[in-house]
Parts: sequence; structure tokens; C-alpha cells
Amino acid sequence: MEILPSLVDGIYQALMPLNLALCVVGVVVGLFVGAMPGLGSVNGVAILLPFTFVIQDMTGSATSPMIFLAAIYYGAMYGGAISSITLGIPGASTAVATTFDGRPLALKGFAERALVTAAIASFIGATVANVFFTAFAPPLATVALKFGNPEIFALMLLAFSTFIGLGGDDIPKTIISIALGLVLATVGFDIITGEPRLQFGDPFDLFPATAGLIDTTGFSHGIRFLVLAIGVYGIGEMIWTINSTRGEVHMTEANVNFKSVMAAIRKFPEAWKGTTVGSFLGFFVGILPAAGATPGSLMAYGVTKMLSKDKDSFGKGNVNGVAAPEAANNSASTGAMLPMMTLGIPGSPTTAVLLAGMVIWGLQPGPLLFADQPDFVWPLIGSFYVSNLVAVLVNLAFIPVFLWMLRMPFTILAPMIFVLSVIGTYAAYQNMFDVWLMLLFGIGAYFLRILDYPLAPAVLAIVLGPIAEPTLRQSLLLSDGSFSIFFNRPIAGPITVIAIILIFLPLVSWVVKRARGK
Amino acid sequence: MSISLKKLATAGIMTLVALGVSSAAKAWEPTKPVDFVIMAGKGGGADKMARLMQAIVEKEDLSSRPLVPTNKSGGSGAEALVHMKGVTDPDHTIMVTLNSFFTTPLRQPGLDVDIMKFAPVGRMAEDTFLLWVNKKEGINSFDEFLAEAKKRGSGWVMGGTGKNSEDNIITDHLNTAYGLSIKYIPYKGGGAVAKDLAGEQIHSSVNNPSEALGFYESGDVIPLVAFTDERLPLFPDVPTLKETGSDFSYFMQRSVVGAPGMSDEALEYFSGLFTKVYESEDWQNYKSSKSLMGDFMAGSELASYWDVQRTRHESILKASGAIK
Repeated sequence: MEILPSLVDGIYQALMPLNLALCVVGVVVGLFVGAMPGLGSVNGVAILLPFTFVIQDMTGSATSPMIFLAAIYYGAMYGGAISSITLGIPGASTAVATTFDGRPLALKGFAERALVTAAIASFIGATVANVFFTAFAPPLATVALKFGNPEIFALMLLAFSTFIGLGGDDIPKTIISIALGLVLATVGFDIITGEPRLQFGDPFDLFPATAGLIDTTGFSHGIRFLVLAIGVYGIGEMIWTINSTRGEVHMTEANVNFKSVMAAIRKFPEAWKGTTVGSFLGFFVGILPAAGATPGSLMAYGVTKMLSKDKDSFGKGNVNGVAAPEAANNSASTGAMLPMMTLGIPGSPTTAVLLAGMVIWGLQPGPLLFADQPDFVWPLIGSFYVSNLVAVLVNLAFIPVFLWMLRMPFTILAPMIFVLSVIGTYAAYQNMFDVWLMLLFGIGAYFLRILDYPLAPAVLAIVLGPIAEPTLRQSLLLSDGSFSIFFNRPIAGPITVIAIILIFLPLVSWVVKRARGK
Repeated sequence: MSISLKKLATAGIMTLVALGVSSAAKAWEPTKPVDFVIMAGKGGGADKMARLMQAIVEKEDLSSRPLVPTNKSGGSGAEALVHMKGVTDPDHTIMVTLNSFFTTPLRQPGLDVDIMKFAPVGRMAEDTFLLWVNKKEGINSFDEFLAEAKKRGSGWVMGGTGKNSEDNIITDHLNTAYGLSIKYIPYKGGGAVAKDLAGEQIHSSVNNPSEALGFYESGDVIPLVAFTDERLPLFPDVPTLKETGSDFSYFMQRSVVGAPGMSDEALEYFSGLFTKVYESEDWQNYKSSKSLMGDFMAGSELASYWDVQRTRHESILKASGAIK
């Protein structure tokens, strides 16, 4: 089937009144779900899944319900950036990297620039991904199949290597931070043998004296990424602000008018580098099953910083640092649809729920979906374009409302951040243990920050660790313990070599610098 | 006829309740969202089935409170079992299980989990296993597979879900019964195994039909033999291992269990709920299209089925040396 006529027909279908209305409602719902800390696209999609059966009964086809869920998914990717920028709490796991530079920008009084950059970068990222998806979905599925365990591990190594440069120039502290994140990521159960690890208590009963005093069973499900991220960026940041300003925080008046938004839009081209990196890298990471939008956005941030001439300004409010993760998480979400639809394997938690929806609507996701169900596939792809456009327009229109939040004095904002952090952590998994852990991490993060440890690498490590560990061990099982498996395969080899060079370059220059300094 | 009778009976009971004639306590119903634990990772057979069950409950409006699925795949289900054992509200916690329900507590006595304490809500199906290879291997029969695997020794790689799991048990059986030395690589879910077989990252798998069906239909993978008692309706040309002279067959339960300590009233409620799910058109369609076998089973019948299965798995694991 010809691609272009099918696409035009698909977009036309997506613009039918009912489908367009579903797009708009879905995007608005997604925007708010995404902006609420702790609630992400996965919650939004899961909660509204039952509602889609009503839609299916009305229209008799699987297309409209899927368009609705895809619109929520899109909206949430835009929404995540909002609380990351205005409150400093990541609205969703996919928007953690957005806080790195988005929050500093807002504190400096450039919140509207950060929000506008996030919105436009998101739009561009999603558009690039849509074009790739439309043109190359079936062949790209074959690329995804070429990525076995050694290839995915090599890619994870590459991600870590880009982050060596992320914590300023203090490489040892960055490595310690990564190691800390990796240790936290191993808590729970060993993936290969099924043995419990670092659970402090049952079944080993390490501290009989404290038995029953502290309930450590919460460690059995591992330390969730969001628990660390909200602790570090919500609570840790709040304590830091309170301490560094001694209570006298004056929020910079944010200009809330049409003019300043327009001015910010005109300045957007300054963020071209981050947007480009995010759009392409995000899509590529997204199509690999197992990865998804969160690693995609973190990797895009690292790479953009690495490629930038002005590395020092990252983490202090560089617009490229907002554009890269936002372009990437939108691009990756479209990318994650690809393995779901063409291979029947979800690339992210949200697509797992979408997959379940497709099964009950009577579709068989898999290699034959594109050939067998063009009436479902093309209107859905068409809706990606429509939802994306709706999302950017709705988002830009709401920016003055979001900025209004920023004009609240910090004495009001701080309790709000605290409450939202607690609710957000609890809402994600309904577990009080997570909340205590989150508060503990927040306090720990504050002290680490005083000691000038970068925390972004720890957050990266807790996301990538659970992907890197099993792929490393499965690869080594495959090769009988030989590390050559990462070098002698056509795709894994070059990636591993590049990663190793990237890890050692800054180390070498650091050593050289120190030697000269003496 | 039977349906209308049932409706009539239900209507009758409801009228009685409405009239306040019944002095018995009102039937138990969940008072808050039900924690619906999935003992496996996302995208595998167990996950897809659990989400289908949830979707059917929503679609048919069978429960006044939603089932909220959460995946706890850690340690071949150990994470899920420990969670179930420690829940504060057993009446609102149910779990979708597979055979790791038998094997994981046997392998890890330290978890201190007694499966007979779980509430037998319902067995929804028994899943089947087939041996799959990538079409590009050029292998068309089980005999050719044996010859090729023997030739390559430990260079032949089998992917499967988890260590000492169903897939591992079947691989061990092939190794001991046919003198092979296939290397087994554990994965987190059957979806990833199917993908890696289609991408030629591994040489064979023993996926359930639901996991491999997509790539089978696209012609990437082919089934060689079924580990069932009779040929599967969906694959009439694929022989069973029994036809080749073996007496080995292996199935996996797809059951729903309640947390230890669940009250009898709650157990009755959930058994009724999943009977309705089992009888729904969507479930029956899914069952036949994914080549699932086995009838619905609940209560003491299911509990004695568990007892038999546990004994069988104990001897299998002992034979393979996984436990002493």
C-alpha cells in the first residue's frame, strides 16, 4: 500500500468530528495527569481504559478508542514538563531530566521561556518521530530485532559514558553518584537467580534486635525510580531553597501575557541543538523494546550536554537542557508504539496497557498488524499528527495559567511541594514505605548537595541499572563469561568502543589537568 | 434455557433481598479497589491474560470496584509471593499465577511461603508449550532439531522466562532425555524471548502459543513439537512429543488466587466473579484463539490440583538437581 495516500486518508479519518473531539479531550486529560506528580501517562491510560469500551460500543471500531488513549499518552508527555519547571517536582518519570535545567530557568524568572521551549521541542520531537514512524515502521521493526542483549547493554554503557560529564568536572564524584544509583537499583530480587538482595530482614533476619521495629518488607519490590526522583528533586530541593535563602524567598515576577509568550517563541531557535539531538536519539531509544521514554530523555540530555560548547551552563538554566529531554520523551513515546504495534512487545509501561486494550478490542498486535489491519493502523497514525498539533496549541494556551502558580511566594509554595511530593509518591504504588523512603532520600540528597555531589547521575543509574544488569548477565551467560561478546558483534562492537572512549577521555584530561596544576 | 433459569433465580433472590425477607447478612462485596497482582513481567503470557481478565471485568461491569493490576515479576515470582503473604487486607488482594507458584516456594524455602494457605479462587485455563525455532535455521522436524542441537552442543541457545521455571524444566528434560547440552538463558518475560527468537538472538524457545503466535503468523518462527497429550487444534500438523515415543507432557496453570487469610465470603465472591469472566464470550474466544486448554476449577478441587502439581514439581526439580 502506498504510504502517502494512506496517511492522508488516515489524517482525514482522525479529523472526523468524533475522533477530533476524542483527541482534544484526551490531550487535555493527559496534560493534567502528566502535570500531577506521581501520576503519569500510565495511570491516565489505565484509569480510562474501561471508558474506551463505551466508545467502541458507540463506533463499532477499535480506532476511536485507540485514538483517545494515544491522545492521553501524548498529552501526558507535554504535561510532565509543567510541574518539573514550575514546581521542580518531576510530573512524571519521563520529565525528570526536564527539571535539571527547567527549574533553574524558572527560578531565574524565565519560566515562560522554559515552558515555551518545552512545548515547541516536544512538538518537533513528536513530529520527527511521526514522520519516521509513518515512513519506516515495518523496516525499523527489523532494526529493533537486531538489538539483542549485548547490543542493549552496549547502549546502556554509552548512556552512562555521556553522564560522566554530567556532574560538572568532578569526575570522581560523578562516578560515586552513578555507583550509588546502581546500588539502589539492585535492591529487590536478583533477576537471574531469583534470590533476594539487600532487603535487610526477611528471610535472613540480619538484625534480630530490631525485628518487628522496622518493617523492611517494602524493599522486596525494589527501590522505585520515582521514589528517588521525587525525594531528590521535590524534598531535597525544597530544603535546599529554604536553607540557602533563610526563608526570604522572593519569586521573580513572571510576566504573564501574550507578548512574553510570543517573545519566548521567537527565541526558541536557540534551543535547536537540544531539540535535534532529542528528536532523533529519543525515537531511536524508544523503538528498542525494554527502554522507553525515560531512558531516552536522560540520554538525550547527556548527549546534548556533551556536544555543547558551553557545558558549564547546563544544570543552571540552559534552554537546550530543557529542549533535549522534552523533544526526546515525546519522540520516544511515538517510538515505543513501534515495537508494540509491529512486534506485540511493549516498549514502556504505558504501551503495555495500550497493548492490553488492543487485545480486548479484538486486534492482534504483531508483525502482521500493518498488513491485516490498515483500517486501524492508518487512522491511528493520522491521529498522532492531529493529537500532537492539538497538544502543542492547548499547552501554549495554558502557559499563562501555569505561570500563575509561580507567582505564589515560596512560603506558600513550599508546603504545596511537600504535600504534592508525599501524595505523588503514595499515588504511584499506594505504599507508605515508599513515602518514608522518599523523605529519607530527600534529606540525604540535601546533604549530598552541600558536599557538592551531582545527583542527576544517580537518578540516571537507577533508571538504567535494571536494564543494564540483566542484559549484561544474559550476554555473559551466552558467551560463557567472556567480555569479547561486547566487541565482536557488528552492532554491539562499535557502540562499546565509543562508550569506552567517552568514559576515558574526560578521565584522561582530568588526570592531565591535575598533573599540570601541580 | 439454563441461562434464563439462572437469570430468573437471580431475579428471585434479588427480589427477596429487596423485600428484606432474607435475614442473612448481605453478600460480601469489595469496598475498595482490588489489588490485582501479576506474578510475571509485562508483555508475557501471564501479563496479557491478566490484563484481558481485568478488561473483561470492566467491559461486562462485573465488579463494583476496579481491579488494579500491578506487575511483580522479581525473582521468578518471589516478589509477588512475599507481597501476597504480607498484605494487610487479604480480602482485597488477588493474584494471577502460573507454575512458578509451585516451583518458587520449593526452590526458596527461605521465603516461607505455603501455597496451600492461598485462597483457591479459580483456574482459568491450562496453557500449552511448543518448541519453536527460527525459520532461517532450516529445521523442519523434531528429529532434525535433535541432530542439529546435538551437533552444536552448548552452542545451541534456548531462551526462556526465568530460572528453574516452566521453560527451564522443559529444557532440562530435553537435555537429559536426549543427551543434549543446550544452554538456557533466563529472560524476564515471554515477550522478550519471542522477540529475540525472531531476531535470531537465540536458537529456540518453548514459548506458549500466545507469546509466539504473532511471529508464527508472520512466518518468522515455526513450531516443531507440542508438549501436550494430544495435538493442538490450532496446530494440527505439529506432532506431540508423546507421538515420538516419550511420555513427557507439561502444562501451565493460569489461575487466580486470593491472599493467605482471605475470608470465605470474599473467596466466594471472587470465585463467582471469575466464573463469570471464564464464561464470557471474550475469554472463550481468547482461550480457543491462543490454544489454551483446561476447564474452570475452584475451591477444594483447585486446592487438590495444587497439591498434585506441587508434588510433581518437587520430583521434577529434584531430578534436575535444582533442589535437594
